[in-house]
Amino acid sequence: MDISVKLPGLNLKNPVIPASGCFGFGKEFAEIYDLSLLGGIAIKSATPQERFGNPTPRIAETPSGMLNAIGLQNKGVDSIIENELPFLSKYDTEIIANVAGASEEDYVEVIKKLNDQPVIKAYELNISCPNVKHGGIGLGTNPELAAHVTRMCKEVATKPVYVKLSPNVTDIVAIAKAVEEAGADGLVLINTLMGMRINLKTGKPLLANVTGGLSGPAIKPVAIRMVYQVAQAVSIPIIGVGGITCAEDVLEFLNAGASAVEVGAQNFVDPMVCPKIIEDLPKVLEQYGYSSIQEAIGRSFK
Amino acid sequence: MLEDARIIQNVEIAKDVYKMELETNICKEAKAGQFIEITVPGFFLRRPISIHEIKEHSIVIIYKVLGQGTKEMTTLDGTLNIFGPLGNGFPIEEKEEVLCIGGGVGLPPLYETAKQYLQQGTKVQVVVGANDEASLFLIDEFKELGCDVYVATMDGSKGSKGTVLEAIKDNHIETDSILACGPLPMLKALNEKYTKGYISLEARMACGMGACMGCVVKDQEGHSLRVCKDGPVFEIGKVAL
Repeated sequence: MDISVKLPGLNLKNPVIPASGCFGFGKEFAEIYDLSLLGGIAIKSATPQERFGNPTPRIAETPSGMLNAIGLQNKGVDSIIENELPFLSKYDTEIIANVAGASEEDYVEVIKKLNDQPVIKAYELNISCPNVKHGGIGLGTNPELAAHVTRMCKEVATKPVYVKLSPNVTDIVAIAKAVEEAGADGLVLINTLMGMRINLKTGKPLLANVTGGLSGPAIKPVAIRMVYQVAQAVSIPIIGVGGITCAEDVLEFLNAGASAVEVGAQNFVDPMVCPKIIEDLPKVLEQYGYSSIQEAIGRSFK
Repeated sequence: MLEDARIIQNVEIAKDVYKMELETNICKEAKAGQFIEITVPGFFLRRPISIHEIKEHSIVIIYKVLGQGTKEMTTLDGTLNIFGPLGNGFPIEEKEEVLCIGGGVGLPPLYETAKQYLQQGTKVQVVVGANDEASLFLIDEFKELGCDVYVATMDGSKGSKGTVLEAIKDNHIETDSILACGPLPMLKALNEKYTKGYISLEARMACGMGACMGCVVKDQEGHSLRVCKDGPVFEIGKVAL
């Protein structure tokens, strides 16, 4: 079965994309499998300058998931262009640049620098990182601010702009509509849910950053619900993400209204999860009576 | 390499300290000081555990029960999904003599390291630090390998009273090239005293393969290093502890 999906700027041979922050820039996973198997790769967030990120501990396990508070650690967009993109250009897969910053100007600056990099096929605006004090989630939890940064990025971007939304909001539909109205070419939802753990031995927060972003199977029902609500309210495509571990999970996201998916934390648990899902997906679609991937998309409300 | 390894043995060897032997092909490529990531059924993230010994058809790990995941590990039999070998390991260099210093559950990876140094004819001295006599383990195994073993306990119930530094002083150990693994305060003290050798770090990890940036430390210039991929073994003095 043909499982390719065409989205703005992205010719995905299959709908499976490792999520930003869970795959670095691909080098470590390329030691294990051929990255050309993947529909695409959402590479780790780029900011204008190098960021070390948050103090450690940055990781805490939770029931059916994990908290992370990495804090957008990256070497800065110039270093990424010089040291990471040439390696990725060797693979036949669609590269999505995740763009982050502490201000709207930061997003614009990163996009301007990446515009003439042919390996980048689309942008994913990270206005939903819960682990940084400025930018990130501050922009993604208010419809006006989310729309404004989207508009600024669309003005300079020469490639399609996807906006990755935060689930830490009362009404995700309002934000999704505002971002669509501002010209977004697609949506990615959801980013992590803000959470916290306490170390019983010390009585203090386990993460040095106090709070972190919850990911893994624990958040899948929240992500499915949000994709389902947003898919009925917007006409731009949605890339679904949140707790995917298998091809059945992918089908659930397709049924909820996603056209493609990103796989996040499960890459840490099973580094082969993406190739496994890609192999299993046609069989699972067939098993549930689909003759094309398109038939599955949005079936829950159509 | 991802593999379902068969559990050959899973037994308590000291209070809350367990030894597990796993039949796996990872033994063919594993190096002293590397680690594996273990899936514990019912828990999301893998547990990074250092390799204690590399045998012809198996590897041995030694782990301490620190939380619910490691507690569950003590009940396992059958097979276990493991990923590895991961990290860089201790380099086996040409040396007249080396001093292995292990604190608590930092001791196990030094066993394979000591074994390989002895095989090439290097003299190996071992200093073991623990809270008390009941927490000591592997002492006889190191002696059987052919190492000189010295002990320090915080309560003085065995060997020198105090830290590993006390045992080094009491026994007039002059060897200046060290291989160390143990709690952070111990590594900090060794970082001050020694300029030659290697230390192995412990960290909370997610991926274990260098992708997630969950386990980073800084070097002396402030650049980030990943404990899982750039380490866990670092040249002494390199990491800002």
